[in-house]
Amino acid sequence: MAFGMGGTLYTLAGGVLTPIDLARAGESGDGGARGAIALCVQLSDTHIGFNKDANPDPGGSLQRAIDLVNALPTAPALILHTGDITHLSKPEEFDTARQLLSGLKVTELHTVPGEHDVTDAGAMEYFSRFGQPSGGKGYYSFDHRGVHFVALNNVMQFKPGGLGQLGAEQLDWLAADLRNRSASTPLVLFAHMPLWSIYEPWGWGTGDAEQALLQVRRFGSVTVLNGHIHQIVQKVEGNVRFHTARSTAYPQPSPGVGSGPGPLKVPSDQLRRALGVTEIALAAHPHSGGLTDITLE
Amino acid sequence: MKNRSMHGMRSWVRITVGALALLSVAATAAESPNSVVVEIRDFAFVPATLAVHPGTTVTWKNFDDEPHSVVSDAGTFRSGALDTNESFSYTFSKAGTFRFVCSLHSHMTGVVRVE
Repeated sequence: MAFGMGGTLYTLAGGVLTPIDLARAGESGDGGARGAIALCVQLSDTHIGFNKDANPDPGGSLQRAIDLVNALPTAPALILHTGDITHLSKPEEFDTARQLLSGLKVTELHTVPGEHDVTDAGAMEYFSRFGQPSGGKGYYSFDHRGVHFVALNNVMQFKPGGLGQLGAEQLDWLAADLRNRSASTPLVLFAHMPLWSIYEPWGWGTGDAEQALLQVRRFGSVTVLNGHIHQIVQKVEGNVRFHTARSTAYPQPSPGVGSGPGPLKVPSDQLRRALGVTEIALAAHPHSGGLTDITLE
Repeated sequence: MKNRSMHGMRSWVRITVGALALLSVAATAAESPNSVVVEIRDFAFVPATLAVHPGTTVTWKNFDDEPHSVVSDAGTFRSGALDTNESFSYTFSKAGTFRFVCSLHSHMTGVVRVE
């Protein structure tokens, strides 16, 4: 398939998300996502405003990602943007991003902030545009097709020298939000920074994520979607599937390679292969659903 | 006599201390002008620890391809995102210990001691 940006398709099968290869999903004769209901697409780390060698045109690559999503055989109902919408939290970056994202043929766009989105005092630029669902807190929940979605904000309570943080208030809110839900409710948690430790020296983790994960352990199907690290890392722990999405703007080095988690310059003819989105689908029958990463190539 | 002797010694001490203080001021003026630059390179503040006198302006300049910020733990100063080659300055008027962090990469920390 000619899609070179990163993406992941998630399908829920029998209440459990299992991965499918979106690139194969459209091929005839392949099981793929057939029978699955497109649930949502995850976009991440669009970094509008970035202008360095690693990708002089992140707006162009976001547009390509949008075209790709709009052309999916099964249209998703929701888009989840897992943060770093902008590079420097500037109003004009947010405006450009919003204008581009308005080209998505979906009814709902749900966002969480990345640390690049909240560098202005009070994070006014982000919250004035995207703060309504959360009352300016950055965390909130909603339901769609029987799936409970929880948006978490782990980029505003950082501790010096440490990792992302959710904070006590948000953890209390999460406990209350989940308390009366049936364990058979499929959960999708999404936040910018990974909710498990991928590489602590670079802050690639969330210090108090374990307290959130304890609260979701009783659920039969939990999918945790993150961004921040501009590459796919995934693991499954019991009923919890963790997955990080590619960026649509530029890749980053593998954990611990180089001096820090900065933009990774790859040959320009390979860039689209290093970028992507993730699609999540809800399966109509077991063994046919899951997550699919699509590159922007 | 005794008193006078003590007085004389005190004067000597006072003069000596005064001379040392003058020397110290001269040395400070030569070594530490009213402005100091902290470079941000390879995901680190260089130097990460610095001691300055009240009235010193510290300028942080980012040389990385990645934006960084300078945010004081106590909320005393906050730069916003600094893109490549952008800088932020703050003048420390009072003595104290000011710890700071990059809000984009909180493993990057530093401290300014104003004394």
